[in-house]
Amino acid sequence: MRVAVIGVGCTEFGELWEKSFRSIFLEAGVEALEDCGIEGREIGAIYVGNMSGGKFIDQEHIAALIADHAGLAEFGIPATRVENADASGGSAFRQAYMAVASGMHDIVIAAGVEKVTDSADPMGVLSTSVDQEWERFAGANLPALYAIIARLHMHEFGTTEEDLAKVAVKNHRNAVHNPKAQLRREIKVEDVLSSEVVADPLKVLDCAPLSDGAAAVILANENIAKKFCDTPVFVDACTQASDYLALQCRKDLLTMRAVLKASREAYRIAKLEPRQIDVAEVHDSFTIAEIMAYEDLGFVKKGEGAKLVREGETEIGGKIPVNPSGGLKACGHAVGATGIRQIVELVLQLRGEAGKRQVKAEKALALNIGGTGATAVVTVLSR
Amino acid sequence: MVPLFWRKIKYRYDVVGSYCEKCGSYYYPKRELCPKCRRKGKLRDERFPDEGRVLSYTIVNGKIIAMIGLNNGARTLAEVCAEKVEIGTRVKKVFRRYGEDGDEGIIYYGTKFVPVC
Repeated sequence: MRVAVIGVGCTEFGELWEKSFRSIFLEAGVEALEDCGIEGREIGAIYVGNMSGGKFIDQEHIAALIADHAGLAEFGIPATRVENADASGGSAFRQAYMAVASGMHDIVIAAGVEKVTDSADPMGVLSTSVDQEWERFAGANLPALYAIIARLHMHEFGTTEEDLAKVAVKNHRNAVHNPKAQLRREIKVEDVLSSEVVADPLKVLDCAPLSDGAAAVILANENIAKKFCDTPVFVDACTQASDYLALQCRKDLLTMRAVLKASREAYRIAKLEPRQIDVAEVHDSFTIAEIMAYEDLGFVKKGEGAKLVREGETEIGGKIPVNPSGGLKACGHAVGATGIRQIVELVLQLRGEAGKRQVKAEKALALNIGGTGATAVVTVLSR
Repeated sequence: MVPLFWRKIKYRYDVVGSYCEKCGSYYYPKRELCPKCRRKGKLRDERFPDEGRVLSYTIVNGKIIAMIGLNNGARTLAEVCAEKVEIGTRVKKVFRRYGEDGDEGIIYYGTKFVPVC
């Protein structure tokens, strides 16, 4: 059964001090329902991506809370939280996709939500995505592990700190045109290079900010999609793969094998080649991650990722625009919401509703990663 | 948190990892199942080499945290006690303090590395 995305909603990403966890979820959910004119009781199931309600806001049983606050507990709609670190959103989307594709449900909500600013140490919480006993114990947090990857990439392939900075510059430029983005301002390469070092060679402006935010999408089977939506966007593939949790156990420190596996499987199912992708939203939690994504997704050969950003090929208007939303880097990284936020952006792009950041696109790809790459979710969408 | 740390003491203090007698692979940290041979594998604890070299590193919170390639091919992530390291620097293991749970809590020890002169 073909599956379509018929409605999308997303809050502004950022430091939403005045809003609570439950109210940001509701805002995104209501926007998605209004987008396709669904009342509520038609929904068969809810899947919500959330990395760490327990640590960020001391609340578990997130899915029930959400069903309750959205008024959907009234109908007894089954709600389930999906956790895969910062790939929680993409993973929730995949669960929702499978629920519709299998014929189990006709209409399903996939959502993601995270409230990080109520926590005293958001980066500490995000770093629980790495191996606590062997990586955190040694003194490495998430930026440190990406920094180790970045240094080796620079050493092996000649990638430079300027190349990394260019990823941030591009994504900030794109975010200026995204009303939901957290960092809507242009920056220069020199700004990145002179920003404070977080984990050498990565600096503050190489890292995505941690954000509050929520996003929601409504999936439906193709037979009823047109009833609710004039411009359904179809899910051509949604795949997921795992890799060893700790970096030290990976076969190759410079290849995210989960990305490689999930993307190749997605290309096979969607019957396309990487060069046929017109636009991509990738997981640039750190600038090096976007360069690795170019390589592991097959947009360029291993080691040549920096070339794409140097030559402007991933800019809006380039050969393969990447992160027109501003990406995690500038749109913001609301952890469990990010994977859904990527889908929202791509649906807007495919519908032609992306305003000044519009890309001409028929086929779109989202890559959502957990931690340093032990989970990867790849989604291919088309008009 | 005491049992969580205590269970790992042998493996952290002496860099004891796993060796699969069936396929000859080394794993650190210790595994309970060989990913290559799975149920057919035969893992045993083995004390890993004291020396290795820096494969990559970062400096975070004023400390050098490095990916070390041990001489048997396994990798470990650890702090390097040095002013400066480079990719390729040869290092050997030392027993050092990593941290503590406040003034009254347990002290965490483990393996760090120092450059081989």
